[in-house]
Amino acid sequence: MLDKKGIAKRIAQELRDGWYVNLGIGIPTLIANYIPQGINVEFQSENGILGMGPFPFEGEEDADLINAGKQTITAMSGACIFDSATSFAMIRGQHIQLTVLGAMEVSDNGDIANWKIPGRMVKGMGGAMDLVASADNIIVAMMHTNKKGKSKLLRQCTLPLTGVQCVKKIVTNLAVLDIVEGGFKLLERAPGVSIEEIKAATEGRLIIEGEIPEMVIA
Amino acid sequence: MNKVVANAQEAIKGIEDNMTLMLGGFGLCGIPENCIAAMVDANITGLTCISNNAGVDDFGLGLLLQKRQIKKMISSYVGENDEFERQMLSGELEVDLIPQGSLAERCRAGGAGIPAFFTPAGFGTEVAAEKEVRYFNGKPHILETALTADFAIVKAWKGDPMGNLIYKGTARNFNPMMAMAGKITIAEVEELVAPGELDPNQVHTPGIFIQRIFQGAKYEKRIEQRTVRQKN
Repeated sequence: MLDKKGIAKRIAQELRDGWYVNLGIGIPTLIANYIPQGINVEFQSENGILGMGPFPFEGEEDADLINAGKQTITAMSGACIFDSATSFAMIRGQHIQLTVLGAMEVSDNGDIANWKIPGRMVKGMGGAMDLVASADNIIVAMMHTNKKGKSKLLRQCTLPLTGVQCVKKIVTNLAVLDIVEGGFKLLERAPGVSIEEIKAATEGRLIIEGEIPEMVIA
Repeated sequence: MNKVVANAQEAIKGIEDNMTLMLGGFGLCGIPENCIAAMVDANITGLTCISNNAGVDDFGLGLLLQKRQIKKMISSYVGENDEFERQMLSGELEVDLIPQGSLAERCRAGGAGIPAFFTPAGFGTEVAAEKEVRYFNGKPHILETALTADFAIVKAWKGDPMGNLIYKGTARNFNPMMAMAGKITIAEVEELVAPGELDPNQVHTPGIFIQRIFQGAKYEKRIEQRTVRQKN
């Protein structure tokens, strides 16, 4: 089974040289720590920066330089800064090659819910609806089950949706799955995780064809 | 042309109860601190505030929320504010949550004379309720209308008496679009410079969009999430 860092490491393997990438808050943010050697990517943060760098050294924090999670950041050499309308032009206009975000639920036709629990938690969608509606390549990074042990990979989402039929790939602590016609197609198992465990933790339709390899994580 | 006013108190003159305001900023980054403080003091109430976020409990728009001066918020993300969540869940505060890109574009459209536009964001979600749907290139889009405000209040790094503005870092965010969409737009700046001191090539917001400008008395520029790495 993977921890959050493991999920980030596995998704980092999906990065390709020259891509512009938007990372959501939570597990996706960790991906920036595991970029494979020889791969150059630029991170976009939707509050208005391309070329987001690592956190600043202590004492060098700048209140005017934050990411979409409101964390203090640095700008890489060659970074650029722009307003929110321009930022979402990049997103809606499909100039970003990969979007990685977290989710509370994903359904087996690619619907995603991650912004609201009616009556309990209403933080807002932020940029998530714009991102999922426009991105061609969306990976969801999340735990396979919630804190109560219930599956987050469902036949149908129960929470208010963020977007419909948009998620292409999911990487969880248990597995890598693609969303294809007919459900979640199991591609890889996390180290030490059996197909039975993945079946038990997946409520939506699961497609298992042939031998399912174990993930290779450096 | 001279749009300079003395201070925040002077700048917010004419903002009355029940008006609609736009306020720039993302989180606490690039917010018009001085005007917010002046509005808290002036006890203006019943406000509809269009702002990406709602501040934190004791800073930014959170200060106006604490004193129940806001009737309605139009935002994209309102976490990080317990008082906000309490007022919203209890129904004291009206909240219209809209996708961040749609919020930015609706402000831009409002300032640019475009009454509405189609966007894919929010299709199939509760955001799309009662909105016109049209397909372009086989993909569904929803109709979003422009936003304007009685007053827009923005914060910039440098400005001149003509109202030309330059922002710094990611404090730019929503400020340029909101500057365009106010019937009256107030700019507060960290540094008010003499005409000619700003390089015309580097101006982010042209002065035509600004009606009043002043240098803020002080800027706390609070950091919401201080994240650092260790030197090794």
